[in-house]
Amino acid sequence: MQVPSHVEYERATSVEHALELLARFGPESRVLAGGHSLIPMMKLRLAQPETLIDINGISGLSRIAMEGDELRIGALVRHAQLLDSALAGEHFPVLHDAERVIADPIVRNWGTIGGSLCQADPSEDLSAVFGAIRATAVIQGRDGARAVPVREFHLGPYETVVAPDELLTELRVPIRPGGGSAYEKVARRVGDWSVAAAGAVIWLDPASGTPTVSEAGIGLAAVGAGHFVAEEAEDFLRGQPVSDEMFARAGQIAAEHCTPSADQRGPADYKRHLTGELTTRALRRAAARACGQEA
Amino acid sequence: MTAVQEQGTPMGYGSMRRKEDARFVRGKGLYIDDVRLRGMLHGAVLRSPYAHARILSVDVTAAEAHPKVRAVITGETLLDRGMAWMPTLSGDQQAVLATDKVRFQGQEVAFVVADDRYAARDALELIDVEYEPLPAVMDARRALDDGAPLIRDDLAGRQPGPAGNHVFDWDAGDAARTEEIFARADVTIAEDLLYPRVHPAPLETCGAVADFDTISGKLTMWSTSQAPHAHRLLYSLAAGIPEHKIRVISPDIGGGFGNKVPIYPGYLCAVIGSIICGRPVKWVEDRSENLMSTSFARDYHMHGEIAATRDGKILAVRVHVLADHGAFNGAAQPTKFPAGFFGVFTGSYDLEAAYCHVTGVYTNKAPGGVAYSCSFRITEAVYLVERMVDMLAFELDADPAELRMKNLLRPDQFPYTCATGWVYDSGDYARTLQLALDKAGYAELRREQAASRERGELMGIGISFFTEAVGAGPRKHMDILGLGMADGCELRVHPTGSAVLRISVQTQGQGHETTFAQIVAEELGISPDDIDVVHGDTDQTPFGLGTYGSRSTPVSGAAAAVVARRVREKARIVAAAMLEVSADDLDWEKGRWFVRGDPDHGRTIAEIALAAHSDLDLPEGAEGHLDASCVYNPPNLTYPCGAYICVVDVDPGTGKVSVRRFVAVDDCGVRINPMIVEGQIHGGLADGVGMALMEVIAFDAGGNCLGGSFMDYLLPTAEECPSWELGETVTPSPHHPIGAKGVGESATVGSPPAVVNAVMDALRPFGVRHADMPLTPAQVWCAIQGRPLRTDLAIT
Repeated sequence: MQVPSHVEYERATSVEHALELLARFGPESRVLAGGHSLIPMMKLRLAQPETLIDINGISGLSRIAMEGDELRIGALVRHAQLLDSALAGEHFPVLHDAERVIADPIVRNWGTIGGSLCQADPSEDLSAVFGAIRATAVIQGRDGARAVPVREFHLGPYETVVAPDELLTELRVPIRPGGGSAYEKVARRVGDWSVAAAGAVIWLDPASGTPTVSEAGIGLAAVGAGHFVAEEAEDFLRGQPVSDEMFARAGQIAAEHCTPSADQRGPADYKRHLTGELTTRALRRAAARACGQEA
Repeated sequence: MTAVQEQGTPMGYGSMRRKEDARFVRGKGLYIDDVRLRGMLHGAVLRSPYAHARILSVDVTAAEAHPKVRAVITGETLLDRGMAWMPTLSGDQQAVLATDKVRFQGQEVAFVVADDRYAARDALELIDVEYEPLPAVMDARRALDDGAPLIRDDLAGRQPGPAGNHVFDWDAGDAARTEEIFARADVTIAEDLLYPRVHPAPLETCGAVADFDTISGKLTMWSTSQAPHAHRLLYSLAAGIPEHKIRVISPDIGGGFGNKVPIYPGYLCAVIGSIICGRPVKWVEDRSENLMSTSFARDYHMHGEIAATRDGKILAVRVHVLADHGAFNGAAQPTKFPAGFFGVFTGSYDLEAAYCHVTGVYTNKAPGGVAYSCSFRITEAVYLVERMVDMLAFELDADPAELRMKNLLRPDQFPYTCATGWVYDSGDYARTLQLALDKAGYAELRREQAASRERGELMGIGISFFTEAVGAGPRKHMDILGLGMADGCELRVHPTGSAVLRISVQTQGQGHETTFAQIVAEELGISPDDIDVVHGDTDQTPFGLGTYGSRSTPVSGAAAAVVARRVREKARIVAAAMLEVSADDLDWEKGRWFVRGDPDHGRTIAEIALAAHSDLDLPEGAEGHLDASCVYNPPNLTYPCGAYICVVDVDPGTGKVSVRRFVAVDDCGVRINPMIVEGQIHGGLADGVGMALMEVIAFDAGGNCLGGSFMDYLLPTAEECPSWELGETVTPSPHHPIGAKGVGESATVGSPPAVVNAVMDALRPFGVRHADMPLTPAQVWCAIQGRPLRTDLAIT
């Protein structure tokens, strides 16, 4: 049995209480949400926090709701809850696509959306998805809340803009009609991290005869894409007519601009190839959904 | 799946629920970590971060000062007691705790005994070891190079033959005759094939609770052991405790697959910890320790060759193997077989000649070599020959099913002595293959494949036909450390007709408590529910070498049948006295002896048992009571076989393989409990999918193990497995008392080549003939690019 080193435990009862505890115990404390990354790291002693601040008892952070023209997803929403949410799936099928291939049902039952983003693993699927759909992260500090676009949320591997005395509380995603989205992932086995993955969201301009792309978002996981997105490919697509050829070219552009590294999941050239292939596939499916041709 | 009889228990063979499952499904099993003894302390092992390094110093001062620490044991402590090295099952020596050098990443360096597991683990971080890193041998193909770093300097002067990192050379077959045939054959093919390093990865890791009684001097050793009697001997040799003062108890085991055949340094550390502290010491390794330091399997670098006529008659097979045994030769295999049973690489075909040469080498990797349901390396042998036959089909543009059908041994050729001298006992191979082809709808699958290729889709159909050789083994040919591989067995019928059977083999999930009761039930006609099967305790069971290599049913199963027949014959004498007739005038029907021609006059086993314990006047030949014992020395191995067909779909854009169908027709002779047989096949097929598609322990050039957790070492899940389609033929073993053959490893042996053959078949449009396992999406894509990866090394 792998056993962690000594750790103190505190249970937060509200966001304010959590922030107070974070301030009191300082940078050597860690927030415990689902714990599916943190606890294994503690058991391997790769992480040795002095204090765990358990936020699972905080109410109000587990909500998925529409407010105005925004979809709001609480940081404590479990993966399974997001996968079950008809509301989330209706507006962003990419969320359901991704959740279906994240880890396994046991992890999804307890792992949280906020935890996934804050862990900032370079292979995290949700970082790519929320990047693609241009979500905004709401980060609460003792002096108030700030909103940070997810595309500015990550500072690097395992590093985010959330300060040690702050808490990610919510994700907000703007809703615009006429869009479609999809997620494509290749893993060596179900439950494994992505070898590479691509999420796409696309909005079409219905005015013209052949629909054209009015806006696109492309997120990439596990391939060293800056902020988990493929901006160059997005720029290329804007204003282009919808066609397999355009999507293939966008895929090529995404592949050219990512910086994958070799590991036991595959060599860099394979991951680059996958980036192109999966981006193309995700765009095709997203467009089909936008046109109402696919569920 | 065979339906389990809902009404009652079969009075002998047949599917019935496993007797042991009642406790398992209720969480009432007793595994090593459930053992809690009074005053028990906890141990933890400090391991080497380096693959190869000299130990300059070990400072334990801070660890010893930890308030909960009771002892810190180092290699120096063990040297003082003559326990720093222990014998391996292959006659090598392995460091218990390193004294001079560490030779693989994860090697045992020190052992802490503390009041609880947390303190023991904490104290490991207080031990200061100073290492001088040395260049390491991580690529087996470089192990014998001039100037390669010498790993086993401890063997200097001891090892006969070539020095350096050489372990052994071994060959089989007729080299000259094989060369002759290759020289004149129409078609010859050669290919390099790697069977990568894989791990048994049982759900329960290895562990022990050592309880040394300072008053009696007796050691009670609770441990995860597939071979309790062999372990008792090893403890005696390593710790100097006489065998009668050692009791090995192997309670419920959460999977073995060969991982729990040898003893590990942690077990001996627990023993020495208990001796030093005078209290029981528990040590249970964690997942990473299990994956990084305990017995692995395979790591066979093979250069295979096949020779045939142009019309597809296979003439000869030849193979040269470089076998990576890690830092210590800890392979668990019969003494005379340093390459295990690899000599059965002749497969299921009528060859004119065959030859193999195996060179074993040391590398800076964890020791082992034979584990993970490998059937003493028949897994490698079958993979080799079944891949070579498929490559022959590839080159001849022949159908792989027809090619096999044309070359399979015929029933009239049995018993068949193969080109390397193994005597196959029985089989009806063509019938077995035909059944598999029929079940799969082979012709239709080929039509579907042709159509799908037109659409640019990659569908593949793979076949393997395997012959297993299990049930080690005849004492004359097979021993481990000088101990013959015969199995003892004892049966006692209680006065009221229930019985206790004591066996020497050890279940790790195979269902012995059920199957062995059924064997006795079949012979005596009493219910399996009335027969208690005792195993896993050296003080309670007769001697035998344990369960691995699918040997339980072929050897101990035979012993159970023999002992039951002896009891039946004793019962006949007692029944004769009861019925006042001559024993010769009695006939047997299941459960009772009766007077020939007068079926109403008879006595059941229960009645006879009571009489045998009573004041009944017994004739010559019966001493009272109803019991018997035997030692079964198998005359030969048993040779199960099977035909497997796998259908896969490969995504051309990503290289991802999906196993669509898997048809498995097994012939393991007489089936005692078909449900259990099918369960074992299901498990083995899943293993095969895992090995073919995802399992591997690779190492980087710096000596780091890249498969040290379940994040890195991938095991297949239900998602990767199709719904298995099973079938059977039954060719009873002619020399086994009940005609049974082993089946525990058949599916693990037979399935990997079926999956790989299917993937290669799918890649045929790209001209891909071979790529090594595991066929991950990356490997398949690289193969399509014409540059498959070497999977034993880090991907760069």
